Amino acid sequence: MSENTMMLITGNDLLTGAVIWWTGSDWSVHIEDAIDAGDAAESIAAEQEAARKVNVPYLVESTMQDGVPRPNHIKDRVRALGPTVRPDLTIKPDTAANAIREIV
Amino acid sequence: MYLYDQYDQAMVDARVAEFRDQCQRRIDGKLTEDQFKPLRLMNGLYLQLHAYMLRVAVPYGTLKSTQMHALADIADKYDRGYGHFTTRQNIQYNWIKLEDAGDILADLAKVEMHAIQTSGNCIRNISSDHFAGAAADEVADPRPYAELLRQWSSFHPEFSYLPRKFKICVIASDRDRAAMKLHDIGIQIVRNDAGELGAAFYVGGGMGRTPMIAPLIRDFVPLDQLITYAEACLRVYNRYGRRDNKYKARIKILVHELGAAEYTRQVEEEFAHLLDQGVEPPFAELKRIRTFFEDPAFAQSSAAEIDRSDPDFALWVDRNTHPHKVEGYTSAVISLKPVGGIPGDASAEQMHLMADLAKDYSFDELRVMHTQNIVLPHVAKSDLHALWTALEDAGLGSPNLDTVEDIIACPGLDYCSLANARSIPVAQKISERFAATGKTAALGELKLKISGCINACGHHHAGHIGILGVDRKGVENYQLLLGGSEAEDTALAKITGPGFSEDGIVDAVEKAADVYLSAREDGERFLDTYRRIGMAPFKEALYG
Repeated sequence: MSENTMMLITGNDLLTGAVIWWTGSDWSVHIEDAIDAGDAAESIAAEQEAARKVNVPYLVESTMQDGVPRPNHIKDRVRALGPTVRPDLTIKPDTAANAIREIV
Repeated sequence: MYLYDQYDQAMVDARVAEFRDQCQRRIDGKLTEDQFKPLRLMNGLYLQLHAYMLRVAVPYGTLKSTQMHALADIADKYDRGYGHFTTRQNIQYNWIKLEDAGDILADLAKVEMHAIQTSGNCIRNISSDHFAGAAADEVADPRPYAELLRQWSSFHPEFSYLPRKFKICVIASDRDRAAMKLHDIGIQIVRNDAGELGAAFYVGGGMGRTPMIAPLIRDFVPLDQLITYAEACLRVYNRYGRRDNKYKARIKILVHELGAAEYTRQVEEEFAHLLDQGVEPPFAELKRIRTFFEDPAFAQSSAAEIDRSDPDFALWVDRNTHPHKVEGYTSAVISLKPVGGIPGDASAEQMHLMADLAKDYSFDELRVMHTQNIVLPHVAKSDLHALWTALEDAGLGSPNLDTVEDIIACPGLDYCSLANARSIPVAQKISERFAATGKTAALGELKLKISGCINACGHHHAGHIGILGVDRKGVENYQLLLGGSEAEDTALAKITGPGFSEDGIVDAVEKAADVYLSAREDGERFLDTYRRIGMAPFKEALYG
């Protein structure tokens, strides 16, 4: 992994199914709040899943870009925002148009 | 329409209570996700890209208006105001909360609906011709047979853990409007030389990563042996279908590897064994079911002539209606494919409107098409203009059935956790491109189908033009396919060559369309021209 690579932890909220990201102490629906979990990522994910704080967690390789983690794979970039065809249903409807352009 | 008896209702109500308890145990931590996953999938609850997704069964695509209203209410109350009609004639909700799942199933049960067997390795929702019971060319209404199969397959203990999922389709005309030969079992109700009705069985078709067209294994099964023969087909599969490799577990692989003749021999042997085992339900049950599908009270003197003086209305009539078996009536298709829209999506408001229109103009009936549109099957021609006006006012009057704008598209990477590429934006761009260039009318019938991954939910193998989204090192890439058909001339499309970018695939589709426009002969559809001139001219235009 390069120096810029981050290891994020993501999963879904058990009750709502919402996409959530590990912030270091809790979970957020905003990827901007995500931190690099580094080598501890796997153990944190397992611990949080066991405590039912997150459902089906997995690790996402990302790169910091303009101060915001950018997942390396498009699937996780879509997950972080919401459906590109329904800007009104994305996590940030007001700025979705720009964000959608950044996804691809 | 079929109405639940006390057994149907009791089974569905019991399942609601059971699943409500399972959801609560998951929330309370008494079930792990690994334990809960197979239970939620048995009730159509997936965990998708952004949230839980609930797939609700619409048996053989038939709905009454109260059911469509209930689907709209669920969209409003529990989701984000819309639903997505699928290529399996079902509806999916994309933003479901786990804590609401039990309440949703309870609401569905009140209108005789459920989400049972919409996932998992079991017999899925039975699909059928969306014009069933209305089409002028059918030998019988296929839905009573589909309903009998639904009852037989629901909670069937022997077939609840098959090697892989299992899809059955029933039609009753030589025109195939339901992709019958691309199902695990395709059944065509036919009439023999003696005038008796029976069932032709096609087994081992499917799309996915290994597309195959089902071979005919029996051309006539008497109707009082229908279930027994289906059971024999399933038994051979359940016994010998591969459970060691998910990608080789569908029945099409078994039929292919055994050969159709050997598979048929084994089925016939099993069938002979089963005939005296009492598998077949009493014929009286089929007769009972048939009574639910009797014709509505059609008017005897409904006006047969349509006033075509409004050209927009005339175009919609030409494209979006289908011949009805009763003089003075027609089947009207409500397109869920506005230019630039999301194929198959309907808002709660639109669902309510379609339900109201069905009540006013179609004897309370609607159908979901596998092409992600909605049918009002029994509309008096004298009511067509009023219907069209109401649809136009609601943005549901697109006159584009079977044109290049009537695109099948799976949810793709915008919603689906299995997808490799987005499907919907490609569909939107293609419909916008052809609407802008004005070529749609000239192209005539051109069936375009897009899948966002190899699982082929968007039926790309069967498109006159098919598009398959793939992942090329983390970047979306789109393969172009030509020459498929899901009609009675079923054919699998072939890949043209290297794939294209998102914008490139839109250009590529237009180039392929232009080849057709310049090469076609009188009366030829795109598919006819492709079959006559072959792939070479298209490849030259695309890559030359």
